[in-house]
Amino acid sequence: MTAPAAPAPTASVEHRVHLLREMVRIRRFEERCVQLYSAASIRGFMHLYIGEEAVAVGVMAALEADDAIVATYREHGHALARGVPAGPIMAEMFGKVEGTSRGRGGSMHLFDASRRFYGGNAIVAGGIPVAGGLALADKMLGRPGVTACFFGEGAVAEGEFHETMNLASLWDLPVLFCCENNLYAMGTALARSEAETDLAAKASAYQMPAWTVDGMDVEAVADAARRAVLHIRAGGGPVFLELRTYRFRAHSMYDPERYRDKEEVARWREQDPIPAYAARLAADGALGEGDLAAIEAEADAEVDEAVAFAEAGTFEPVEDLTRFVMSEQEVAP
Amino acid sequence: MKTTYREALREAMRDAMRRDDRVFLMGEDVGAYGGCFAVSLGLLEEFGPDRIRDTPLSESAFVGAGIGAALGGMRPIVEVMTVNFSLLALDQILNGAATLLHMSGGQLNVPVVIRMTTGAGRQLAAQHSHSLEGWYAHIPGLRVVAPATLEDARGMLWTALEDPDPVLVFEHGTLYNLEGELADDAGPVDLDRAAVRRAGDDLTIVTYGGTLGTALAAADGLEAEGISAEVIDLRTLRPLDWPTVLESVARTHRAVVVDEGWRTGSLSAEVAATVTEEAFYDLDAPVARVCSAEVPIPYARHLEEAALPQVPDVVAAAQHVVGASGG
Repeated sequence: MTAPAAPAPTASVEHRVHLLREMVRIRRFEERCVQLYSAASIRGFMHLYIGEEAVAVGVMAALEADDAIVATYREHGHALARGVPAGPIMAEMFGKVEGTSRGRGGSMHLFDASRRFYGGNAIVAGGIPVAGGLALADKMLGRPGVTACFFGEGAVAEGEFHETMNLASLWDLPVLFCCENNLYAMGTALARSEAETDLAAKASAYQMPAWTVDGMDVEAVADAARRAVLHIRAGGGPVFLELRTYRFRAHSMYDPERYRDKEEVARWREQDPIPAYAARLAADGALGEGDLAAIEAEADAEVDEAVAFAEAGTFEPVEDLTRFVMSEQEVAP
Repeated sequence: MKTTYREALREAMRDAMRRDDRVFLMGEDVGAYGGCFAVSLGLLEEFGPDRIRDTPLSESAFVGAGIGAALGGMRPIVEVMTVNFSLLALDQILNGAATLLHMSGGQLNVPVVIRMTTGAGRQLAAQHSHSLEGWYAHIPGLRVVAPATLEDARGMLWTALEDPDPVLVFEHGTLYNLEGELADDAGPVDLDRAAVRRAGDDLTIVTYGGTLGTALAAADGLEAEGISAEVIDLRTLRPLDWPTVLESVARTHRAVVVDEGWRTGSLSAEVAATVTEEAFYDLDAPVARVCSAEVPIPYARHLEEAALPQVPDVVAAAQHVVGASGG
């Protein structure tokens, strides 16, 4: 089913501009990542979120500092929207010790414990059980936190998804399941891998509210996430959101995109969440002449600073290679 | 007091739950059923269903939930019924628990304890008889322990729960009914050192877990022949306590490794290789190994017995290394 149309509180101009700014920050950051990848400053697997920004930005807007986030390997946007500073994210991709994971994680493994940002998991669906456990801890400790768990629609084919959906519903765990349906699991279209392509219907089988949301509309996402979080915090158990979106770029930097045609990509680009939302804000008088350009310039400056931070960073001494395999504290019986 | 291995494990859990509100147990049939091997029998009545938590048959979800709960500030004990089922949760253990600390640059330690039954010897056939603790000991980021005595069954759990990193506890299925005397004040024990369970001069038998009894029985038999065998119980399979092993071999000059795991690519191979690398000039004979036959463990008693390390196999290996050096 689609999200019930409860009236949203009138969003302030500041809030709406914030949503736009966050999407622009992610877009500009990742466009620079492409250049830096071509320049070989970034290596390994890198998965871009371009086109899907409204999802992370909308959901993060509904979360509080005490909430937890579990993301996937396509998580630059989630980290930025959660408030992880751009400098350490970029430094991580440069493999520098100033990076979020001291250069041990790279693009796919961004972490920030201080912001309850639990990564950065490169096994499809692998983060979902962990999100269930974070929520279990909150529940057992009587804390009000909600755990937002992001995963793609490809994860819906994994056992870990089904096992955790069942567990979360059975135990009324405070989990917000955020399924980012960008239509392709790497190169496999949903209809080629799922007998039932209605993802909300699948989720409903686990006895939890399941709403389908336009993931290209940041306000629709933010509104659905806000209502879902209210439901969860009130003790209503988990909620599943299917966020319909599209990845404008290839799956990773190695993807020749044989599985989809250019016309399809072009059609989706017409729904680009950023210009569409900027136009809506302008029409509502929330964005004035030159405001978008100013936001973009700010984002560019932030990215410049992040790149400079990463370039000025240092490498972990090789002597420290085996640090952080086990914790650096003695355990006495 | 007289007790059993099973009761010692249960008492360790009861003690941990009383000491620390963050400790809870979850797994398949740990509550109403009392545990597949009756280890948690009675705990549900004492601690309630929130802390003695029955799970669906979803190994990956509840092991992952244990990891997540540990990240969230709890101290979970996750019981996976047997090591065979732990394979369904291998993604969470290997890609998750073992990697998170390193992959996050030291930010996220995972204080979870995962208990499971291991080993053969009960005519349970190929899918319920694996000894895969050596596999797990291959993985950086995990601590792997194998209590073989009542003291360790009683004492390892609390230390494991205090450990900031994931600890896997392997309980050999044939040990649950092991009976003996345990000191009334028995408490936590270290998870760092191997133990010399029997002192000897002529050779060192290195073993752990379910085959400790086999090794000790072999040592008794060897004594009757005038061969004095030292028996080392590794206790912790990762990280291994090499000084204790190497010090012993330096005195006895001969080593036999007894391991219920398969020989190829095994923990026994690791011990033999390291002894050869580190103590080559102390050795009077090549290191010998007694392992399980390279077959899926069969059901029929005579076939299963033939597949597993038995006392005569250990005795023969010991005689061989002693004879090989003219001792």
